[in-house]
Amino acid sequence: MSMVNLKINNMDVQVPAGTTILEAASSLNLKIPTLCYLKDINAIGACRICVVEIKGVKNLAASCVYPVAEGMEISINSERVLKSRKTNLELVLSTHNRRCLSCVRSGECELQELCKDYGIENETVFAGHNFEEIYDESAKHMVRDNSRCIVCRRCVAVCSKNQAVSVIGANERGFKTHIGCAFGAGLGEVECIGCGQCINVCPVGAIYEKDETDKVWAALHNPTKHVVVQTAPSIRTALGEEFGMPIGTNVQGKMAAALRRIGFKHIFDTDVAADFTIMEEASEFIERFTAGGTLPLITSCSPGWVEYCERFYPEFIPNLSSCKSPQQMLGALIKTYYAKQKGIDPKDIYMVTVMPCTAKKYEVARTEGNAVEGIFDCDVSITTREFARMIKRAGIDFVNLPEESFDNPFGESSGAGDIFGRSGGVMEAALRTASEWISGKPLEKLEFEEIRGIKGIKEATYKVGDHEVKVAVVAGLANASQVLEDIKAGKRDYHFIEIMGCLGGCVNGGGQPIQTARTRAMVDVPGLRASVLNNQDKVKKLRLSHESPIVKQVYADYLGEPGKGKAHDILHTHYTKKERF
Amino acid sequence: MKSLQELKAIYERMHPMMAVRGGGQDSTNTYERHVLVCGGTGCISSGCQKIVDAMHEELKKHGKDEKVQIIKTGCFGLCALGPIVIVYPEESFYSMVTPECVGKIVEGHLVGGNPVKELLYEETVKGDEITSLSETGFYKKQMRVSLRNCGVIDPENIEEYIAYEGYAALGKVLTELKPPDVIQIIKDSGIRGRGGGGFPTGIKWGFAAMVESDQKYIACNADEGDPGAFMDRSILEGDPHSVLEAMAIAGYAIGANRGFIYVRAEYPIAIDRLIIAINQAREYGVLGTNIFGTGFDFDVELRLGAGAFVCGEETALIASIEGFRGEPRPRPPFPAVKGLFGKPTVLNNVETYANIPQIILKGGEWFKSFGTEKSAGTKVFALGGKIKNIGLVEVPMGITLREIIEEIGGGIPDGKQFKAAQTGGPSGGCIPMSLIDTKIDYDNLLEIGSMMGSGGLIVMDEDNCMVDIAKFFLEFTVEESCGKCTPCRVGTQRLYEMLERISEGKGCLEDIEKMKELSAFIKENSLCGLGQTAPNPVLSTLMYFEDEYKAHILDKKCPAAVCEKLLSIVVVPEKCKGCTLCKRVCPVDCIIGETKEIHVIEQDKCIKCGACIDKCPFKAIIKQ
Repeated sequence: MSMVNLKINNMDVQVPAGTTILEAASSLNLKIPTLCYLKDINAIGACRICVVEIKGVKNLAASCVYPVAEGMEISINSERVLKSRKTNLELVLSTHNRRCLSCVRSGECELQELCKDYGIENETVFAGHNFEEIYDESAKHMVRDNSRCIVCRRCVAVCSKNQAVSVIGANERGFKTHIGCAFGAGLGEVECIGCGQCINVCPVGAIYEKDETDKVWAALHNPTKHVVVQTAPSIRTALGEEFGMPIGTNVQGKMAAALRRIGFKHIFDTDVAADFTIMEEASEFIERFTAGGTLPLITSCSPGWVEYCERFYPEFIPNLSSCKSPQQMLGALIKTYYAKQKGIDPKDIYMVTVMPCTAKKYEVARTEGNAVEGIFDCDVSITTREFARMIKRAGIDFVNLPEESFDNPFGESSGAGDIFGRSGGVMEAALRTASEWISGKPLEKLEFEEIRGIKGIKEATYKVGDHEVKVAVVAGLANASQVLEDIKAGKRDYHFIEIMGCLGGCVNGGGQPIQTARTRAMVDVPGLRASVLNNQDKVKKLRLSHESPIVKQVYADYLGEPGKGKAHDILHTHYTKKERF
Repeated sequence: MKSLQELKAIYERMHPMMAVRGGGQDSTNTYERHVLVCGGTGCISSGCQKIVDAMHEELKKHGKDEKVQIIKTGCFGLCALGPIVIVYPEESFYSMVTPECVGKIVEGHLVGGNPVKELLYEETVKGDEITSLSETGFYKKQMRVSLRNCGVIDPENIEEYIAYEGYAALGKVLTELKPPDVIQIIKDSGIRGRGGGGFPTGIKWGFAAMVESDQKYIACNADEGDPGAFMDRSILEGDPHSVLEAMAIAGYAIGANRGFIYVRAEYPIAIDRLIIAINQAREYGVLGTNIFGTGFDFDVELRLGAGAFVCGEETALIASIEGFRGEPRPRPPFPAVKGLFGKPTVLNNVETYANIPQIILKGGEWFKSFGTEKSAGTKVFALGGKIKNIGLVEVPMGITLREIIEEIGGGIPDGKQFKAAQTGGPSGGCIPMSLIDTKIDYDNLLEIGSMMGSGGLIVMDEDNCMVDIAKFFLEFTVEESCGKCTPCRVGTQRLYEMLERISEGKGCLEDIEKMKELSAFIKENSLCGLGQTAPNPVLSTLMYFEDEYKAHILDKKCPAAVCEKLLSIVVVPEKCKGCTLCKRVCPVDCIIGETKEIHVIEQDKCIKCGACIDKCPFKAIIKQ
C-alpha cells in the first residue's frame, strides 16, 4: 500500500493513500468535529462542520471526504476554521428547534455537544424565517420531528444503503429542503419496515421511538394487573451504556435487580423463549429438509425482516419459518401455560417486553396470529432506551445494583438461547439442536465459527448426519436483498438462512443505546455487544436448547410435540403480502 | 458515408450553392436568392413560422418558388428585433417582420430585385444607401466562432453543415491525428470552459485520457440555467452538429465511445433539432460504428433535465443523468477521473464544444491569436436589461464592457445613465461605471469581484436599486440551492433576510459588516460552485455601491425609488389638474380630492401598485 506523508497542525503524519484528512487527523488523536459523516454509511461532505484549511487551497475543505495528498499541510483549527465552524453551528441553530429541555436526546445530542465545545453564546445570531414544522407520528413505532432535523442525511443513507428500504429522502430544494417520504407521506403510510436504524444514526433528536413507558407505568400502578416483563438477549449487552458503563459490559444481574425494583411481578428472560423457538424451528427445518418442503427455510425472529419480506419480497413468504419470534412465544406461553399454572385470568396479565428493537413495537400489535384466543401475546414493547429512562425515573442507582436473577419458570436459558441476540446466533442454536437430532449423536464442538462475526453475509456448508446442509447468515436488509436476488437469479442456493434486519443482529437493533458517529467509527459496537452473549454461552453448562429442563417440562406437561397440536397453535404464526406505497 | 471521400463529395455538391449566402453567385444556378428566416426560440414565439408560410405562398403566386430558397435558421442574435428575415446575396436585413410585410418583400425584393427600404432595419438604410447586416453596429465588432453557423445554415439539414466544413474536423482527427495530438491542439488553443468555471479544456481532456478505464464517457452540459443566458440554446437550435462533431472528437481524444447531452426540458426546439441532428448524423455515418471507416465508434444520447439550476454543476449533472436527485458531490475525485457511472468523463458545455471543430481545422494558434493572453478566443454574451440591442453577441476576449454596451449593444435606451453591468449570471457581480473600460476576460472579471460565468450580461441604469438587484439575484440562488450543504442552504437564506430588512428600512449599519462576514463564510465553506459564488452580487454591490446601502439604512430612502417599503407615491400639486382619473384606477381607494381639486394620496392606505402613475396624463404622480 503506498503511503502519503503530510503535516497536520505542523505534525508529521504518514497514512495510506486514499485516507481522508479526517481519518489522518484521527491517527494523531485529533478529533475533527462531524455532523453528517458516519463511517461506512454517509460521507457526503454536506454539513461542512468538519472543514479544515489546506495550504494553497482557496476554500476550506470538508475533511470527511477530502483525500490526503503527498506534502499536504493542513490546519484543523486555524482561526479561519474555528470561526467558520462557529458560524456554521449558528446557522444550523437558526433552523433548529432549540427546545432542548424537552428533547429526548438532550445530553446525548451531537449538535448540543458541539455547541458547548464551540462556545455558542447566542443561539439566535441568525434567527430568521423557518418553515412549518413537520411532525410525523403516523408510524406505529417512531416519530419524526423535522423541527429538530439538521438535514445531515445520515438517516437517509442508512435507510437506503444498509437497509435497501429507502423510504426517506430529501424533499424540495434550497432552504425548504427537508427529509421526508415521497410526496410528503407519513412514515406510517409508506413501506417503512420499522427497523429504527434511522434513530440510531440521528445526531440529534429528529427521529425517536414512540415512548410507551407511560403505558408500562400505568399498568404497574394498576392493582388489578399482573405485570410481567421479559428482556431480549441483547438488552443485557448494551443497557449499561445508558449508565456510563463500557460498551460490552454484561449487566444481566443488575438488569434483573432494576426490573424488580421498578415493581414487575415476575421477571422473565426472552432467552428461554429462544430455546422454545429452536425446538420449533429446528423441527420445522428437519421436516422441510427431509420431507421436501419449501427451502430455503428463512428465520422469522426479526420483525423488521418479516415486514421487509412481506412488502419487498412476498414471493419468499412461503420460505419464512412459521415460528413466532421469541418475544411472541414467551408472551403466548405466559398467557396460556403460565396463567393456567398460576391460576390467573390471562386478561389480567400485562406482558411488557424490553426489546433492542423498534419493529417489535408493531410486532406485538400484528393481527396475524399474534394472539391466542383473542388475547394478544404481549401488551407493550419498549426499547432498551425507554427501559433505561424508566430505571432513571424510578430513581434506581443502576451501576451499584446487586446482581440478581430472573424468575422461574422462564428464568434459565441455554447458551443457545443467549446467542440469539447476535447475527448468526439463531442459526448456530438451530444447527446445534438439528445436528444432534438428525445424527442422534452429541456434537463435538458447539461453536459454528464460520457463521460468527459481524460480516453482513456469511455462508457455510455443514455435514449433518449424512447430509450436507448449506446455510447463510445475513444481517442488514440490503444484504438480504442481495442474497434474495441472487437466489432468484440462481446464483445462490441454501437450505437454511438466518436473516436479521439490522447489521450485527439484535445487539445493533434500532432500539439500542445510541452511540455517536465518532464512537461508531472508533469502536466495533455490535462486535463488543455480541461478545457478551458469546461469553455467556461459553461458560454455561447448558448450551443446547433441547436439553433445557424448562423446555422439556413445558413440552411434556403442556405443549406436546414440537410443531404439532398445541405447540403449533400457540407458537406459530402466518404472514401476508403487503402493498408498497 | 463510409469514407472521407463521400464527405468531400457532399461538400463539393453543397458548397457552391452556399456562395449566395456569402454575397456571391451560385455557380450551379439552383437558387437566385436565399431567404433566411430566424427560427430561434425568440423569433418562433413572435411568429416566424407564419412568415415562412406566407412567403412560400407569395412566391408561388409569382411563380418564383423554385428560384428562392427559404430556410429557417438558428438565432441571429438580435432578438429584440425579431422576427428577422435576411435576404441573400444582398444580405438585406428585415427586422420585426410581420406576415403582412411578406407580400411587399416578395414582390419588391425577391421578384423585383429591389430591397424594400421601409421594411429594412433602420440602421441599414442611410438615404439611398443600404448597408448589409454585417455592417451594422451590432454585428461589426462581433467575431463569430462558436456562433459561426447560427443564422447561416439550416440546422435541420446536415448537408448544409457539411457545406460549411462540417465534420471535416472529425475526419481530420480520425485520419490524420493521434489522440494525444488532438489534446495538444486543444491545449495549444488555450480554450477554457465556457460554462463558467473557465478550466482549460485541453488539460481536462488530458486528465481523462490519462486514466485507464474499460469505459469512458463524453458529456455535454446543455443545462443552461443562468436567467437571461441563452447562448447554449442558440447553438443547439442553430448549429447542433457542431456539438455532436466536437463530442465525437473529444471521444476520440480520450478513448470514449459514448456521449450524453444533458439538455433542459424547457428547450423543446433545441431538443427537437438535436434529435434530428443525431438521427441525421447516424444516417450519414458520422455517429455510430466505424466512423469514416476508421474503426472509431461513437454515439450520443440525450438526457433531459427538469430545470434545476444546480444541475449545471458538473457533479450534480452527473447525478441527474445517473437518475439520482441532482445534487453536487464533493470533489476530488473530479469527473475526469470518476464521473458518469463512476467512469472517467469529460464534461464540457455547449459553447466550448462549438469552438472545437474550428480549432481542429484552423489550429490552436489561430484560436489563440484573438482574445487575451490567459483567455483565448471569443466569448458569447447574452445582452439584457437596460440596453437597446437585447440579444446574443460573440466578441473576442479582451473587449471592453464599454464597447459591448455602447457600440454593439447600442447604449442605454431613453437617455438614461448607466449604473452597473452584471456579468456571470445570478452568481456574478455588479461592475460599476468606474470599471466600464475593463477588458473582459476570465481573470479580470474575477479580480473586480464578478465572473465570466456562462456569459450573461445585464445592464442596469439609474432606475435600478443595487440593494434590490442584490436581493433579486440572491433570491434566485436561495431558491435554486440544492439544499445539501449548510452554508448554502441556510447561509444564503439568512443573507437574503438581511438584504430584505435593509430594503425595508429595518437594517442597521452593523448589518453591512455582518453581511460581508456571512458572505465570506458561504463562499469559503460551500460544497459546490453555486454556494461558493452565490454571495457575489451582495459582495460586489457592497463594494461598489455601499452608499446606496447606507441610504437605505440611515436615511430610510431608496435612491432609485425601487424598494417598495421605502418609497411613497405622491401627487405633485403643481401638475395635478384634478381630473380624477387616478382616483378611479386606484384599487384601494386611497386617493382623495374632488374634481378640479388637487388630489392627495393617503400614504397609510397606498399599496404602491403604481397604477395611478401609469394613468395620470399629466405625469403629476411620482415615486419618491
